[in-house]
Amino acid sequence: MAAANSAIARETGSAATDGGGMGTPAIETRELRKQFGRTVALTGLTMTVRRGEVFGFLGPNGAGKTTAVKLLLGLSRPTAGEGLVLGAPLGDLATRQRIGYLPELFRYQGWMTAHEVLALHCELAHVPRATWQAEIDEALELVGLAERSNDRVETYSKGMQQRLGLGVALLGKPELVVLDEPTSALDPVGRQDVREIIGSLRARGVTVFLNSHLLTEVERVCGRVAIVDRGRVVAELSMAELLQQKGVRVLVTGLENARAIAGRFGQTSLDGEWLVVDAIEDANVPALVAELVARGGAVHAVVPARHTLEERFLSLLGAAPDGAAPDGVAPDGVAPDGVAPDGVAPEVAPTGSTEVRP
Amino acid sequence: MNRGAILAIARLTLREASRRRLLWALVGLTLLLVAATGWLFGKAAELTPFEGGAQQLILSQLLVMIAFMFSFVLTMTAAFAASPAIGPEIENGMLLAVLARPVRRSDVLLGRWLGLALVVVGYAMAAGYMELGVVRLMTGYLPVDPMVAPVYLAGESLILLTLALVFSTRITPVASGSIAVVGFGLAWMGGVAGGIGDYLNNDALRNAGTLAHLILPSDTLWRGAMFALEPPPDVLAAAGSQARIFTVSPFFAGTSPPLLWLVWCAAWTAAVLAVGILLLRRREL
Repeated sequence: MAAANSAIARETGSAATDGGGMGTPAIETRELRKQFGRTVALTGLTMTVRRGEVFGFLGPNGAGKTTAVKLLLGLSRPTAGEGLVLGAPLGDLATRQRIGYLPELFRYQGWMTAHEVLALHCELAHVPRATWQAEIDEALELVGLAERSNDRVETYSKGMQQRLGLGVALLGKPELVVLDEPTSALDPVGRQDVREIIGSLRARGVTVFLNSHLLTEVERVCGRVAIVDRGRVVAELSMAELLQQKGVRVLVTGLENARAIAGRFGQTSLDGEWLVVDAIEDANVPALVAELVARGGAVHAVVPARHTLEERFLSLLGAAPDGAAPDGVAPDGVAPDGVAPDGVAPEVAPTGSTEVRP
Repeated sequence: MNRGAILAIARLTLREASRRRLLWALVGLTLLLVAATGWLFGKAAELTPFEGGAQQLILSQLLVMIAFMFSFVLTMTAAFAASPAIGPEIENGMLLAVLARPVRRSDVLLGRWLGLALVVVGYAMAAGYMELGVVRLMTGYLPVDPMVAPVYLAGESLILLTLALVFSTRITPVASGSIAVVGFGLAWMGGVAGGIGDYLNNDALRNAGTLAHLILPSDTLWRGAMFALEPPPDVLAAAGSQARIFTVSPFFAGTSPPLLWLVWCAAWTAAVLAVGILLLRRREL
């Protein structure tokens, strides 16, 4: 394993033993695999998280997200594969000093006060004793527990305990903060607070690895995401790329092989009478329509189909219904009067901005 | 091995014992035990002056039986304190946040062991010396080695604490605590069988006793405690033939444990802790 990690370090020009590896990605894994007996939790995780970014780790339940987090933190050993975290091999003890972690299953000593829990973690994280008080005060303030810091944790609500966990993760000015479902127990105000904390971490150049199944949360704070399914990353791209990918819905008749023709322009699927063409460049839409018409098809309507994150997520997981739902926005130019070129009323009111003429 | 982390976990364990009122319960129990035995020995002294060899032998048997009860309480304390020390903290996620720090799993196990050992040993020594003091006060009886007896009792509790803690890395608290308590009983019975084997010169029984002491050496230390609580040899000699009847008693030890057996107790503890570290390392969190 160490040799394999060294192989990544050599390829990426990092030194796994340089104690810092500042030039390396925050996280880099290759074909990381975890098997529990016959059960494969992680098939082969390959991803790269850059320094200073807020990285979303998305996937359905049972996709292997929490297993992946445990491997990254050295809480579990991979069955195969390799990985570096902050330039050091997975599980490196000294590197853990530079990582903050909020577990999905957060639980702290109920008989201690929040202040004592934070002091314990200062000690375990080797935070210099002279700075403990300042670190603890800052963490308590940031997560909104300053007024309850001397109360026993067992008297806290679940949401307050999750806030405490977040405070624990922020101690010692970590370079990487791993948050596993950080808002699962929080109310909307708490979620907003977490978003702000993540924003301030990003502003300070801290890398945040956010494992969440809450798509809106990921959409709001993450710069890039990896989508994991059945233990493997099925897509790793920027949020902009993820949301910008779009398609068109075309209502075409009189052409049996319309889908095959459209297949040259993008990924196709059928949604009732509509032919859906995904991942097509805007500039190619007129050419698509021209081709369909040239082959004898009657194009009744062309409407853009933008995807929400949820649709993209489902589509990448292969669980989406055929085609993507339109965003309710149709192009101005399809028919100014709301009537398609051949006189058939389009299903979607033409109020959008993209101009497409057959 | 990370000494700082081990000490931090040990301190945490001590604070937990104090905060959860385990220490206070032990202090209360100790005072109760000392008061009850003080009263008992005082009443007995009123009836019979403990001066002759035979009377001292009877007194020592009474003291050994109280020590046996105390060693059982110690075993229960060790078992119930150690059996939930690791497993439940893995299951409820508490250890995840700790082990994500620069802390090895071995640090957690050794820190837990050290903290609990301090609690149990402290309890054994304090209660043991107080008990011997009150017996001395009420009856004037001084066993052969009063300073060593509580040390043996503390050692015995450490053996069972180690057993319960190591099992707690893999099985439920109820199961690991039960194993420690039942182990205590079986080891004691093995020791009794070995003693009978010695008396009857029966190899099968003697070997059963030796095997029991090898597998779980708590009874070795219990026999050391018993011997230390008995009257000095000259008093036993003065008791003459009256002393012979006690040699078959399960509450009588003719000799203190040989050094080699004490070394085995230390080696057994170290080896079982090493197995515990291995088991914890291999456990999925």
